[in-house]
Amino acid sequence: MSILYAIIVLGGIGLLGAGILFLVSKRFYVKEDPRIALIEELLPGANCGSCGRSGCHDFACACASATSLDSLVCPGAGDEAMKKIAGIVGLDSVVTRPMVASLKCGGSCQVRPAISEYDGASSCAILQQLGSGTTGCPFGCLGCGDCAEVCNWNAIHIDPVSGLPVVDADKCTGCGVCVSKCPRHVLELRPKGPKGRRVWVACSNTERGAIARKECGAACIGCMKCEKACAFGAVSVKDNLSYIDAEKCKLCRKCILACPTGAILDSGFPVSAKEMAEIALSKQKNNN
Amino acid sequence: MRTFRMGGVHPPENKLTAGCRILDVDLPREVTIAMSQHIGAPAICVVGKGDHVDRGAMVGKASGFVSANVFTPISGTVTGVGKIKNAYGMPVDSVTITATEEDHEKDAERPLWTSALRSSDDIAAMSAKDIVDIIGEAGIVGLGGASFPTRVKLSPPPGKHADILIVNGAECEPYLTNDHALMLEHPDEILAGVRLMMRGAGVDKAIIGIESNKMDAVRLLRGRLEGDKSVSVMELQMKYPQGGEKQLIQAATGREVPSGALPVDVGAIVQNVASAYAVYEAVVFGKPLVDRVVTVTGPSLSGRGNYRVPIGMSMAALIGIAGGIPGDSGKIILGGPMMGRTIVNVDAPTMKGVSGILILPREQSARGDVYPCIRCAGCVLACPMGLEPYRLSLLSAHSHWDSAEGEGIANCIECGCCSYSCPSSRPLLDYIRLGKNTVMAIRKSRSVQK
Repeated sequence: MSILYAIIVLGGIGLLGAGILFLVSKRFYVKEDPRIALIEELLPGANCGSCGRSGCHDFACACASATSLDSLVCPGAGDEAMKKIAGIVGLDSVVTRPMVASLKCGGSCQVRPAISEYDGASSCAILQQLGSGTTGCPFGCLGCGDCAEVCNWNAIHIDPVSGLPVVDADKCTGCGVCVSKCPRHVLELRPKGPKGRRVWVACSNTERGAIARKECGAACIGCMKCEKACAFGAVSVKDNLSYIDAEKCKLCRKCILACPTGAILDSGFPVSAKEMAEIALSKQKNNN
Repeated sequence: MRTFRMGGVHPPENKLTAGCRILDVDLPREVTIAMSQHIGAPAICVVGKGDHVDRGAMVGKASGFVSANVFTPISGTVTGVGKIKNAYGMPVDSVTITATEEDHEKDAERPLWTSALRSSDDIAAMSAKDIVDIIGEAGIVGLGGASFPTRVKLSPPPGKHADILIVNGAECEPYLTNDHALMLEHPDEILAGVRLMMRGAGVDKAIIGIESNKMDAVRLLRGRLEGDKSVSVMELQMKYPQGGEKQLIQAATGREVPSGALPVDVGAIVQNVASAYAVYEAVVFGKPLVDRVVTVTGPSLSGRGNYRVPIGMSMAALIGIAGGIPGDSGKIILGGPMMGRTIVNVDAPTMKGVSGILILPREQSARGDVYPCIRCAGCVLACPMGLEPYRLSLLSAHSHWDSAEGEGIANCIECGCCSYSCPSSRPLLDYIRLGKNTVMAIRKSRSVQK
């Protein structure tokens, strides 16, 4: 009998609670644009903030109430999703150029030897405050992997051999979270380029060539050879450091062949510039 | 015995060089003078390559209110103006001066500052402003380690008035003995410097705080002060961070500096004994800050001791004089083991703020293995600022800057008591320092936006 009372009392409380919940949900219902939910479904849900909003929901709300999508781009969702979102809200979509994070440092363990050991917390931000890090270069990558940690897309991992982060161009959405996290500012968003082909200077060292070379075998020494080799005016050397303007670059890769330290890297080409140079060298030998 | 109220630890003192006389280091043939040896704007270089400079000449001029002049300790020719690597491997603006044989002999034969530039009558007639101006001109900064320009501390902002000068002779850092040696060898000069600073700041009371492990210095200074009511020597309990500015004020006067406020808000000015000595030399001899006492120490260092070092001399040369880097060395630390920073470049020059060079063997300097936080609250009990270090370090590890600011991360004095007391060897201070610097930067950008 007592079990019956328990069922009646608990069941009664449950029913009463359900009734209150029902009334409250009807009375205090907040009308939300149904498109917001549709848009949010298309977004990656990483809440990375690279759109400039406080999260994916905020971005969806902004899209639903926007009069133009010019300043509303989610790099994580990609162009396809943005097109669908544009369809939902009835606006023209903005086609963006796909970007990819590129490491402006080529100082692997092999070419940039460590001069000190670090046994503190594994964080680039902390290491940066202490000084030049474990190598002599005060500009290059610190290698603790703050970028890999913040990446929402698992696009970055630290290569155990080189000690440098490797960006997976297929996974990278160009959201730029790693770029803003890097205390050394050695990551840069660059256009992915046709078929993923791109060329960039993998160095951030602005010291004089002789000093930079001492610290790192792959440092840009500001010798200007790349600037002279470029027929399109895409390469410029400022403060002993070369920079390639992706807008002007025609991907001819003459700068890579001209670089004496191998500070310029390429990606996405079927034959890398390094292999190209070796082929050319072997052909020359055969002719002789 | 007086001490501060909250927290603190007592690490092994290891004052290996206690009782070592101050040894004068021979003038080096080459010095490198960094333009930024103080908190505030870097000095602006006033010499060019090829210029000949005399000993004690200015090479960098203060570039603002919170800034300090820098001088050369040797005569010679300017052979380099530009970036060199500092002790932490970062490029900094500096001037390199190389002495020829002739310059070197001239400096050795005719040492400057042997006779007083100003007579006691002249000094007695000086106004407070005159004294502060001489201190500013001589480029004197706080020699305890923080390198805050002394002139700025002695000139309180309008509307604020200090009534007491607290002189820091606590030297609570393990290993360091440079202030102790200075107090034993130059008590009269330090007291004269203290009285000059009192006049400069317009205060009529001074307390010299000394930890009770230096009773010889306490007795010596007390002996010299008989009949003087305005200056007193106070014994302090041996507890780190007794020499922290806010802790020392509380120990000496019982006053508590509120969060975000300056010592002058509670009417106190804190200066180091080494700064007092530098003030004496500047006012009486007209000598700019070109040398200081540095403790070079370490358990396996053969020639450890207290050295009077020309500022700008290479640290490698100084360590060489002290017996060279021992084979078992793990870390070379500028300052003491608690607040000092490990360096990566021994070829860098010494600077005004370098109070000690500590070379620790590998097994003593290595960090322990990091284990999870066991919520023992050891760090909370140790924190002399009443903060919750375990929480602050977590908040900054997860980039929760707003919460960290709300929890008072900006009050951290970076004394290291939390990391020292952690049984799990967690890098608490590393993260708190990161959070504090980030919060400070956020605050700065906020004030710019306004």
